[in-house]
Amino acid sequence: MLRDITIGQYFPGKSIVHRVDPRLKLVLVIAMIVTLFLASGPISYALLALYIFSVIKISGIQPGMVVRGLKPVVFIVAFTAILNLFYTPGNELWGWGFLHITDQGIRVAILMVLRILLLIIGTSMLTYTTSPIELTDGLEMLLSPFKKIHLPVHELAMMMSIALRFIPTLIEETEKIIAAQKARGADFESGSLIQRARAMVPILVPLFISAFRRADELAIAMECRLYRGDVGRTRMKQMKFGRVDVLAGTVSVVLFAAIIVISRFGW
Amino acid sequence: MSYILETRDLTQVYGAGTPFERVALDHVNIQVEKGEILGVIGHTGSGKSTLIQHFNGLLKPTSGEVLLSGHSIWDEKGRCERKTRFAVGLVFQYPEYQLFEETIAKDIAFGPQNMGLSASEVEKRVREAMDFVGLDPALAGHSPFALSGGQKRRVAIAGVIAMRPQVLILDEPTAGLDPAGRDEILAQIQDYHARSGATILIVSHSMEDIARMADRLLVMNNSHVMLCGTPREVFAHADEITRAGLDIPEITKVIRALNQRGFDLDPSIYTVADAVKAIRACKEGK
Repeated sequence: MLRDITIGQYFPGKSIVHRVDPRLKLVLVIAMIVTLFLASGPISYALLALYIFSVIKISGIQPGMVVRGLKPVVFIVAFTAILNLFYTPGNELWGWGFLHITDQGIRVAILMVLRILLLIIGTSMLTYTTSPIELTDGLEMLLSPFKKIHLPVHELAMMMSIALRFIPTLIEETEKIIAAQKARGADFESGSLIQRARAMVPILVPLFISAFRRADELAIAMECRLYRGDVGRTRMKQMKFGRVDVLAGTVSVVLFAAIIVISRFGW
Repeated sequence: MSYILETRDLTQVYGAGTPFERVALDHVNIQVEKGEILGVIGHTGSGKSTLIQHFNGLLKPTSGEVLLSGHSIWDEKGRCERKTRFAVGLVFQYPEYQLFEETIAKDIAFGPQNMGLSASEVEKRVREAMDFVGLDPALAGHSPFALSGGQKRRVAIAGVIAMRPQVLILDEPTAGLDPAGRDEILAQIQDYHARSGATILIVSHSMEDIARMADRLLVMNNSHVMLCGTPREVFAHADEITRAGLDIPEITKVIRALNQRGFDLDPSIYTVADAVKAIRACKEGK
């Protein structure tokens, strides 16, 4: 159940996609999103899809895993498709009452669905192939210029990495508590909405207590290791731009630029 | 001979189809006799915690069957009846982390209330359960969060005992307790066994604790049942047990060391009393 959520999960690996510098990956994902929104024709979408599928192929992540990650958005995708299909003006192909399907409608619906799917697959490839630590370190370094205007970049990054680190722990904890209360006959599946909400109390109370206990212990453990913010802090793993990064960056940027250019011609 | 709990080719695979796929139980066949104390031993990740969650239907077998009093706990439609949960009481590891009510009495009453019992019956069971685990009745109205770790654990165990399960399963009931607290909890479990006649399963990785009280032992290793039998039968395979990364009782080690020095003692001895007898017999025989 809770374990089936794969969005934001990290699958360790040694592929090129895994090894690319997290800062570059973050920038490329943003560039990819921009390209995706500028793309307008079928050829540009096909090129982007090809790009994303190559990334999946190179990363060695099982395509089944990626498809499973799309489950939570099926509803949004279907909803977008239906809205665009029926409400886009153009040459009417079929009509019934207030429902009209136009040639434009079909085109827009297909492209919108592709856009959402590629957006989600593309961004999940970032989290699938980048460990949370790398991700927050990358983010912290990308945002470091904002320290000049006193934005607590390090603290934000630290909070994010702690939050990410505790998600699996708390999921595991929640499952344990649910199992323990079920063993005492707790019933979460039947009853009215209010009854079901009340049935959550035996899960939430122990979960909060344990979250606070863990936060407390973590704070003490950090103090014991003399954590005092980012002033004078050095890293064990320095991020370096290597040949892989130059290669991946160049290929991606050239492709994105080409897609944006051909989109101008409506391809 | 009918068994109270039985598994037939029970298999459990976690995360099938993901890179994290792991077989936790592989064709496990176990028979639990009514009224016995069965010790389940295995190191971390051997599948013992997964196994016990199958006994009350918290996990659904990937394949194979779990039988309670001869009947499968899963019906043809793939559902598990809730009464299984009440018949097989499961106390998880660190059960004190599941407490949530304002008062001790209310928390213990959670299980019996879920069974749909009358208020007076629930109250009776709460009192009885508190007595079983040695909690002062005056504590009933206190908050469980104000108690010490060992006392919280008793409240949690009482919460399961209050359902009067036919089978009581305890996962590492002594984990994290000091030696005095450990002995006390174990003594209370034995006492509960004597007074209620319930079947008891205790999971542990400590041979020492379990060998003392269990009628039979089940040793799990790598998702399989490695050994099953009386403590003497099991400890006769001391070599295999050590190879599986588990400890054998100290006294069994002493006997083995003596045998290596040329004595001829029964290698399956696991209590100090038996060891004394055997060594004395050996001396007199000379």
